[in-house]
Amino acid sequence: MKRWLLALTTALLVGTVLAQTTVRIGLAEDPDVLDPDLGRTYVGRIVFASLCDKLFELTPSAEIVPMLATGYTTSADGLTLTLGLRQGVVFHDGTAFDAEAVVYNLERSLELPGSNRRSEIAQITDVVASGPFEVTITLSQPFAPLIAQLADRAGMMVSPTAAEAAGEGFGNAPVCAGPFRFVDRVAQDRITVERFPDYWDADRIHVDRVVYLPIPDTSVRLANLQSGDLQLIERPAPSDLSIVEADPSLVVQSAPSLGYQGITVNVSNPGPRDHPLSDVRVREALELALDRNVINQVVFDGLFVVGNQPVPPSSPWYIAELPIPARDVERAKALLAEAGYERVAFELMVGNNPQGVRIGEVIQALVAEAGFDVSIRATEFASALTLQEEGAYDVFQVGWSGRLDPDGNIHQFHTCEGNLNETGYCDAETTALLDAARAAGDPAERYDLYRRAAERYLPHRHIIYLYHQQLFFPHTADLEGFVAYPDGLIRLQDVRLN
Amino acid sequence: MTRAASVSSAPRGGVATWWTRQRGLRRMVKRPLPVFGLVVVLLFVVVAAAAPWLAPYEPARTDFGALRQAPSTAYLLGTDEIGRDVLSRVIHGARASLQAGVISVLIALALGVPLGLVAGYYGGVVDELIGRVTDALLAFPFLILAVALAAALGPSLTNAMIAIGIASAPTFVRLTRGQVLAVRAEDYVQAAVALGARDLRLLARHVLPNAFAPILVQATLTIAGAIIAESSLSFLGLGVQPPTPSWGGMLNVAKNFLVQAPWMAIWPGVSIFLTVLAFNLFGDGLRDALDPRDAA
Amino acid sequence: MFRFALNRALTAIPTLLIVTLMVFGIQRSLPGDPATILAGEQKDPEVIAFLRERYRLDDPVPVQYLAWLGQVARGDLGTSLRTNQPVSELILEKLPVTIELALLSLLVAVAIAIPAGVVAAVRKGSLADHSATVFALSGLSVPNFWLGIMLILFFSVQLRWLPASGFVPLLEDPIENLRRMLMPAFVLGTGLAAVLMRQMRSSMLEVLQQDFVRTAHAKGARGIVVIVRHAMRNALLPVVTVLGLQLGALLSGAVLTEQVFTIPGFGKLVVDAVFNRDYAVVQGVVLFTAAAYIAINLVVDVLYAVLNPKIAFLGRG
Repeated sequence: MKRWLLALTTALLVGTVLAQTTVRIGLAEDPDVLDPDLGRTYVGRIVFASLCDKLFELTPSAEIVPMLATGYTTSADGLTLTLGLRQGVVFHDGTAFDAEAVVYNLERSLELPGSNRRSEIAQITDVVASGPFEVTITLSQPFAPLIAQLADRAGMMVSPTAAEAAGEGFGNAPVCAGPFRFVDRVAQDRITVERFPDYWDADRIHVDRVVYLPIPDTSVRLANLQSGDLQLIERPAPSDLSIVEADPSLVVQSAPSLGYQGITVNVSNPGPRDHPLSDVRVREALELALDRNVINQVVFDGLFVVGNQPVPPSSPWYIAELPIPARDVERAKALLAEAGYERVAFELMVGNNPQGVRIGEVIQALVAEAGFDVSIRATEFASALTLQEEGAYDVFQVGWSGRLDPDGNIHQFHTCEGNLNETGYCDAETTALLDAARAAGDPAERYDLYRRAAERYLPHRHIIYLYHQQLFFPHTADLEGFVAYPDGLIRLQDVRLN
Repeated sequence: MTRAASVSSAPRGGVATWWTRQRGLRRMVKRPLPVFGLVVVLLFVVVAAAAPWLAPYEPARTDFGALRQAPSTAYLLGTDEIGRDVLSRVIHGARASLQAGVISVLIALALGVPLGLVAGYYGGVVDELIGRVTDALLAFPFLILAVALAAALGPSLTNAMIAIGIASAPTFVRLTRGQVLAVRAEDYVQAAVALGARDLRLLARHVLPNAFAPILVQATLTIAGAIIAESSLSFLGLGVQPPTPSWGGMLNVAKNFLVQAPWMAIWPGVSIFLTVLAFNLFGDGLRDALDPRDAA
Repeated sequence: MFRFALNRALTAIPTLLIVTLMVFGIQRSLPGDPATILAGEQKDPEVIAFLRERYRLDDPVPVQYLAWLGQVARGDLGTSLRTNQPVSELILEKLPVTIELALLSLLVAVAIAIPAGVVAAVRKGSLADHSATVFALSGLSVPNFWLGIMLILFFSVQLRWLPASGFVPLLEDPIENLRRMLMPAFVLGTGLAAVLMRQMRSSMLEVLQQDFVRTAHAKGARGIVVIVRHAMRNALLPVVTVLGLQLGALLSGAVLTEQVFTIPGFGKLVVDAVFNRDYAVVQGVVLFTAAAYIAINLVVDVLYAVLNPKIAFLGRG
């Protein structure tokens, strides 16, 4: 009986395998609504990578290349961009991709109620179809990061016909022009997509079906990879990588992430605070008391990259003149004494998950030596966001998933009116420099502006940058051709399952 | 009808019941299982009280040179993910669990017993109202209620205890109410009413002493449930705050290192299991002993 | 009889109303703003304002409550703030999974509890009785999530017999589905088995004292026949009642069990929703669960009354 059942299952399994190749991918979270203009989660972008092609794409080394666009030219004043578009592209509903579709999409990103893309491309004042496969974009002011934004969700093209027909429900069954089309979704369980036969770049697609399975628990995600239930997973626990390396049936690809992690110090949010940490010397002491390498070793098995700036040391935008300071407990104690304190107590808010708590506990142990008494407040993400906004925190361990253009990692955090400035830092000079940097067309000029800004905001230490994640993608050895990208997306072009 | 009675002194409900209980307690002492339960409970109380002296290390002391080390002579139960001694943390963890068990039940008693008394004694609309609220609380899945309350109040041991206390209260409301109804039907209480005894005095004199035994049994068993509930909340990150050790919190971390450091997952769980089992064995024995019907 | 059932059904209405009040009250006192969470990392103030407006989060809480109640009365549980899916759809999606888990654990529980309870009662005071008691109390005392972790450690990590977790829909691959449900069902079943076994033992003891069993014995019927044909049948009745009351505990247990084994059921749905401040989902699921709990208990009570006419309908127990 048992044997018979086994034979039957094997037959069924073999049958399925022969019929088509399915790649099953384990995600760290359940994506949110699958509408590129409304989407807000990191994992949502991973699913979009198979569904929705973008105007621009990036290479594994983070250079920007055309995708649905064929190229672009910028006017001398930097206010007009002309995009050439690829011909012969069709959406999943069979309608054609053309200049009108691009106009529709950019307008949708700007005007759709609740659009999360609006702020990313708010400098666009007008989009017109200047030819059947050419659009002209007018900007209110020069904006260097625009093309980088169009290589992410803002550049994803949805079918205008389908979007109009579906209205608010579009995100429940998205229709785009990517290599795979949407099949179905069971919330918190799976999202299934299948190969789109009329894909413009169909020669590079060798997989019939992709199933995305949100499995938040890192060890469970890995266990499913080991058992062969999944072919690829994202964001494994760094401490689990030794298991992956010891398993001959598994392979790991990795790429440095575009984001950063650090601690954000509340200096004056909502108003000036009566707290020792408002004294810049105390913050300098805090940084000197930290040991970035120990945090990396203890919490991440040394697999992440330590850093002290919004971009990782490997980035072309890293300011080499401002290297990572070494730990110096004596100097930290001296600074505290100079500021008039023997010991300083503060509350460190961390994410309410084992890893967040672990970072907090290591920081707590490290800075205690220099005279800081840290109490850890593990806070759910939902509450932490509100507390941060209200300024009801001392220090918050938080990071940023990162953007392709450095502007996305810097401007909104360090300018006075920056949308994500929750430290209360406001320096007119820094703001002016960062405003100039996003308008500057010449990379050398931009670098210089970023350097001058960093020389002002880094010593202020309202954000103490600690490390940069390394993105790991363990997969089974029979999955070939997968390449890790720094934006963390899983691209299935050229991927084969043997 | 002029005997003095108080809640804390020996239960009085008539000579016969008093005698059966004495016999019951004696009977219990002769049984091995409840005695074992009591001994283990006392053992954990001693461990919790003497934790600073028993633990070989400070529970929060980190040794970054000894991460996730297997049990050794230096660290008898191994170390955790940031190099803390698992044994010391298990020992200190007893504090949170016992505290959570006892205090949550005290909260549940403080809420449930008065409400039950009022409902049973006054009946009518008051009873209906309390009954509906109790029903609603019971229809609310216990853990979901506790999770929602703990999240609303913010994660901390105190709030976890409040959440568990509220979620456990309905049992005591029903139990007390039932006792009141039973006692009210007794002749001597009817007589007392006839003699003009006032509400509160009547409650205090007759109902509480009679209800004492079943409530004690239920409280003991609820402590067991409360300890599990606290560890569940800590497991979900809604209990004791780091770096203070708690068994549930330790398991929350340990589940990520099952392959690399299985010792992190074993001992906190064994401790929860033993403590809860001890309370259950003791409560169970207490129930048998105090139940006059079950003469073995 | 009919009046009894009707009466019970009517008292359920205020109870459910109180449940709605409680779930709404707790929800709105949770710190954190769903609109801020929904707006994501970018926290665009325009998006936040739009979302607050759209989900009417700026209305006074009583207004929100009444609006929701009106919706519910029309059979609409609202849509998930997070994924935009209708809550009723989400519930229908997750329900079969949790029901399957519950039924399997029930099976495990009954398979352990009924024989153990009968043996413990028949051989009262024996070693078998004591072992059954210890086993039952152990089942009650072991935290679900830890038992789950230990089973994973042993069967998945060490022996590699069973997959650690993950879920395969029953209809997609029944064998794989069962393989994955085995450990979770066992974990959930042990706690339930403990309760059932104790109930079985005590009601069996009571029945064995009764005249008809003694008579059967006196008439020379064989022990096993008496136990199975006469005693067990009668002793099962109270066990069924306990089963109904255990439904709530089963659901609570399912929350953590589903978390440990990452089974996409009801428990996971609601815990994730609490953490994401997905108000509509939490409200919908809790209301649905409470209604189901009340309905099942009502059915059990009525059945009990039907099966055992000796019980006068004196009101609730």
